Amino acid sequence: MGFLGSLFRQAQPTSREIAKNRLQLVLVHDRVNLSPQIIQLLKDELIAVISKYVEIDEKGVEVGLSQSKRQSRLTADIPVLAGRHRR
Amino acid sequence: MGATVITITSGKGGVGKTTAVANLSTALALSGKRVVAIDADIGLRNLDVVMGLENRIVYDLVHVVEGACRLRQALIKDKRVETLYLIPAAQSRDKNAVRPQDMIDVCDQLRPDFDFVLIDSPAGIEQGFKNAIAPADQVCIITTPEVSSVRDADRVVGLVEASEKGPPRLIINRLRARMIERGDMLDTADVIDVLAVDLLGIVPEDEAIIISTNRGVPAVMEDGSRAGEAFRHIAARLMGQAIPFMTIQERPAPSLFGRIARLWRSA
Repeated sequence: MGFLGSLFRQAQPTSREIAKNRLQLVLVHDRVNLSPQIIQLLKDELIAVISKYVEIDEKGVEVGLSQSKRQSRLTADIPVLAGRHRR
Repeated sequence: MGATVITITSGKGGVGKTTAVANLSTALALSGKRVVAIDADIGLRNLDVVMGLENRIVYDLVHVVEGACRLRQALIKDKRVETLYLIPAAQSRDKNAVRPQDMIDVCDQLRPDFDFVLIDSPAGIEQGFKNAIAPADQVCIITTPEVSSVRDADRVVGLVEASEKGPPRLIINRLRARMIERGDMLDTADVIDVLAVDLLGIVPEDEAIIISTNRGVPAVMEDGSRAGEAFRHIAARLMGQAIPFMTIQERPAPSLFGRIARLWRSA
């Protein structure tokens, strides 16, 4: 990496930062007992249900788990295509 | 008023539960409190050997539970520390020899005569863990600053909250200043951030712990070790005193000068 590379080591994450990020991700899933695979299934069904009522941008749908303190949240972000309702 | 019953647990094995119970109960007793330490790790007893009391065992917790002896007979009085007692685990039985109600009954019998009962939980989240937390007024969780033990600690936090024992408190054990400085170890703030529980104390990695276990003399009984000092602080906090947390290592400012200086030193 060399002298100059080491000076800019900041750009490479430390193993501590990697550990913290991995922990936060794994704990969010552990706590709610929803693996990333299950969330994908959930997302597919959610898209199917919402699409019955309104046209949405399926590719833009985001479903994820987050947390603040020990409170977990499942959030779904669904882009709705303007002016086109099914009902 | 009766004793405060505190269970030390962790989920992960080998993070320092037994060391903590040995040192905290000794430190509390050295401060004049009447303390009983109970080894709830039936079948894999270790608290006796860490406390240096392994030659004094006649009766153990299972004898008490099964009525083979009176509670008084199983209490080993530490000859070096006036008000400190131990109830050892059985070595030749397993966790199914005791039920949660048995632990509650034993602790209820101890409450009038003591100030603190400290229970050394086994690792895991099965029967032994359930037995150990059943009688607790407070649960204290120990973790090390490593991914696997923090993950297990998180599971235990959830189980403790679900069992209505009140919010557990955290001890972070075996912190290594140099690794934290290099960015190779999670620091106190990281662990608290991730687990979101109250911090009871932190303990640095210290060779003195191995030496103290070799000798059967808990580190708090002698001066000169940082781990011993840390455990004494935690004991003081358990007694209600407000002691500031030890400095393991501050997060260094990522200045260019700092990085040049580090390169210079490592050349």
